[in-house]
Amino acid sequence: MSTHVRNAAEGGLGGSQPFIDEGVDTSIGSVDERLEAGSERFYYANPWQLIMWRFRRHRLAMISLVLLVTLYLSAILAPFVSPYLATTRFEGMQMMPPTRIHMIHEDRLMRPFIYSLTKTLDTETFRYTFTEDTSQVYPILFFMQGEEYKVLGLWSINIHLFGTGEGLQPVMLFGSDELGRDIFSRTIYGGRISLSIGLFGVLIAFGLGVLIGGISGYFGGSTDEVIQRLIDVIISIPLIPFWMALSAALPRTWDSTQTFLAITLILAAVTWCGLARVVRGKLLALREEEYALAAQAAGASKARIIFRHLMPGFTSHLIVSITLAIPVAILGETALSFLGLGIQPPAVSWGVLLKDAQDLVAVAQQPWRLIPALFVIGTVLLFNFVGDGLRDAADPYSA
Amino acid sequence: MLVYIIRRLLMLIPILLLVSFIAFFIIELPPGDWVTTYVSQLRTSGIQLSDQEAERLTQLYGFDQPTYVRYYKWMQGIVTRGDFGWSFQWGKPVNDILAERLPITLTISLMALVFSWMVAIPIGIYSATHQYSLVDYFATFIGFIGLATPGFLLAMILAWGANQYLGFSALGLYSKDFLDAPWSTAKALDMLKHMILPLIIIGMASAGSTIRVLRGNLLDELKKQYVITARAKGLSEYQLLMKYPVRLALNPVFSTIGWLLPAIFAGEVLISIVLSLPSLGPLLLRATLSQDMYLVGSVVLILSALTIVGSLISDIYLAWADPRIRYGGVSK
Repeated sequence: MSTHVRNAAEGGLGGSQPFIDEGVDTSIGSVDERLEAGSERFYYANPWQLIMWRFRRHRLAMISLVLLVTLYLSAILAPFVSPYLATTRFEGMQMMPPTRIHMIHEDRLMRPFIYSLTKTLDTETFRYTFTEDTSQVYPILFFMQGEEYKVLGLWSINIHLFGTGEGLQPVMLFGSDELGRDIFSRTIYGGRISLSIGLFGVLIAFGLGVLIGGISGYFGGSTDEVIQRLIDVIISIPLIPFWMALSAALPRTWDSTQTFLAITLILAAVTWCGLARVVRGKLLALREEEYALAAQAAGASKARIIFRHLMPGFTSHLIVSITLAIPVAILGETALSFLGLGIQPPAVSWGVLLKDAQDLVAVAQQPWRLIPALFVIGTVLLFNFVGDGLRDAADPYSA
Repeated sequence: MLVYIIRRLLMLIPILLLVSFIAFFIIELPPGDWVTTYVSQLRTSGIQLSDQEAERLTQLYGFDQPTYVRYYKWMQGIVTRGDFGWSFQWGKPVNDILAERLPITLTISLMALVFSWMVAIPIGIYSATHQYSLVDYFATFIGFIGLATPGFLLAMILAWGANQYLGFSALGLYSKDFLDAPWSTAKALDMLKHMILPLIIIGMASAGSTIRVLRGNLLDELKKQYVITARAKGLSEYQLLMKYPVRLALNPVFSTIGWLLPAIFAGEVLISIVLSLPSLGPLLLRATLSQDMYLVGSVVLILSALTIVGSLISDIYLAWADPRIRYGGVSK
C-alpha cells in the first residue's frame, strides 16, 4: 500500500480534473475495498492515478512494460549495447554459430569467457564447422573499448557494453551471417528502425485519427457521413497489397532516411482509420452529456470543447488503441522489408534481417539466423499484453 | 428488407468508384512510367532506340495523355466491356491473367475462412464453457502466437519442416509430376495436399481473433437469465447450449467478416509469395516492382471489391438472422 501513498504524493493534486467522469465514483468503490482504511489520498487521486494503480497490479502487463522499455532503451543505445557495428565483417567467421560462453576453465570457476574457435572443413559434407580450442581463453570484458561510433553525430565514443577486445576472438551471441556480421549487433541495430517505425507511424496516425475522427464525431451530419464512407473504403482495402503498391511507388534512389520516413507515412496512412473510429464513436456519445452543453452555454469554442472537455473522457481508450496499433505497424514493416519493398540494405531492420534469412536451406543449417524473428514475435506479444493490461486498468467497471 | 438490400447495393457504387480511384492513383505515384522504364531497359541492353521510336511507344500505350484521361478510359473499359486493360509486362490483357489467377486466390481465401471457422468455433465454445481450463489457456496461447507471428515466417518454417520431416515440398500448387498433366483425381489430390499448409497458416491468424470474439460473447450470454431458466426446466446441457447462447454468440463472428476478409486476402497474398503459389500474390509483387500499372490497379481493385461485397453479404445475413437489428433509416 505504501506505493499508492507515495504515488499520490508524487503525482500531486494539481493535475486533478474534478469535473470529468462519473465513472470515477464506481472505480473508487471497487478499488477502495482493496485499499487500507483511512488512505485518504485515494479520494483525492485523479483518474490517471487510479489507472496507474490498477495497472501496477496487473503483473503480466507490468513485466511486459518493463521488457518493452528495455527493448526501446537498447535500441536507443544500440551502438553501446552491441559489441560491434551492424556492418562490421569478420573475415573467416562467416556463418558462425552463436558463441558459447563459459564460466569454468580447467575445473576452475572464472569470469565469463569464450574459447577461441578454429574453422575446419568437414570433408564429408563440405561444410565449415567451428570447434573450440580450449587452450586459448578470451575473457568477456565490460565497458570495453571497441569500434568508434558517434553520439548524436557530435562525439566519438568507443565504449561498448561488453566485448573481448579488438583483434581478438569476437563474441557473437546470436552467431554470424554469411558475410561474417554479428547477428546480435544487427538485431539491436535493427530494433532502432523496427521499433521506432511502429511508434512514429502510429503517432502520426494518432494525430490524423484524432483530428479527422474529432471533426467527424463533433460535427456529425453530412461531414460525418463523407468521412465515414472514406474510412469504410480505406478499411476495405487489404492492407498488404495496399502497402505493397504504395511502397513500390517509392523511388529506389532514395536514401535510407527518406525511405524510413516514407514507410512510416505509409504505415500511418492506413492505421489512422481505426483510431478515427474510436474517437468518433466516443465523441458522438459524449457530446450529448450535460457538461458539454454547459461548456457550450459558457461560450467555449468548438475546438476547446473537443480537446479540453470531451477528449479527457476517452483518452484512456485511445491509449489502449494506440498500444494495440503499434504491433500491427511493426509487423507491417517486417512484411514489407521481407518482400524487399520496405527498408533497403545497408540499413538494418528486423524485416531486413528476416529477408537475409529467407533461404530455407541456409536456415536449416544455421537456425540462429531466425533469432531476430523472436524479437519481432516478442515485441508484438509484449505490446498486446501491455494493451490488455491498460484496457483492464482503464475500464472503471472492471473488478 | 428488400429496401435495405437495394440501399446497400446502391451505396456500393460510390465506394467502389473511390476504391478504383485510390488504386489507380497509387500506381501513378512513382516518377516515370512503364514505357520510360522499358525504354531505358532496352537502351542499356544495347538496343538502339531513337527518340521518335520512344515517343511512338509512349503514344501507343497512351502515356502522353493526362492521368485523368487514362483513368477515365480504364474505368470506361471496366464498366462497359469488363475490360481491365493491358498488362505491359505480360504482353496480354489483364483479364486473361486474372482469369487464370483469381480463382486460385479466391479458393484458398474462402477455404481458409471456412477452415478457420471449423477450428475456431468448436474451440471458442469449449473455451467459454470450460473457462480457465487447460484447453482455454491453450487456445489463448495459440491465439496470441497466431497474432504475433508474421505469417510469412510461419510459412517459411512450416514449409521447411514439411520438407525436412515429411519429405514433402510445399512450394507451388502442384508437384513437378503434375505440373503439365491434364486434370485427374491424382492431380486434384496433389493440389489439395499443397493447399493444406497455406490454409493452416492463413486460417491460424484469423482463427485466433474468432476464438476470442466467440469466447467473450458466449461468456456474456451464458450469464444471462434465460440460460438459468432453461437449465432449471431440465434441458440437457448440449441442447441448451446449441439452441440459444451459441446462436446468439455466433452473430458477431459472422458480422466481423468485413474486418476478417481484408486480413485473409492480405495473408493470402503474402503467403503465396513465400510458398510461390500461382495466385495473385506473386503476380502483384512482380507487377508492383515493374510498374505494370493496370495489372496492379486491377488486383487492388478486385481484392477490395471482393472485401466490400463480402462484408455486405455478412451484413445482409446478420439483418436476416438477428431480428434485433434494425435496417433502414433511423427514425427520430
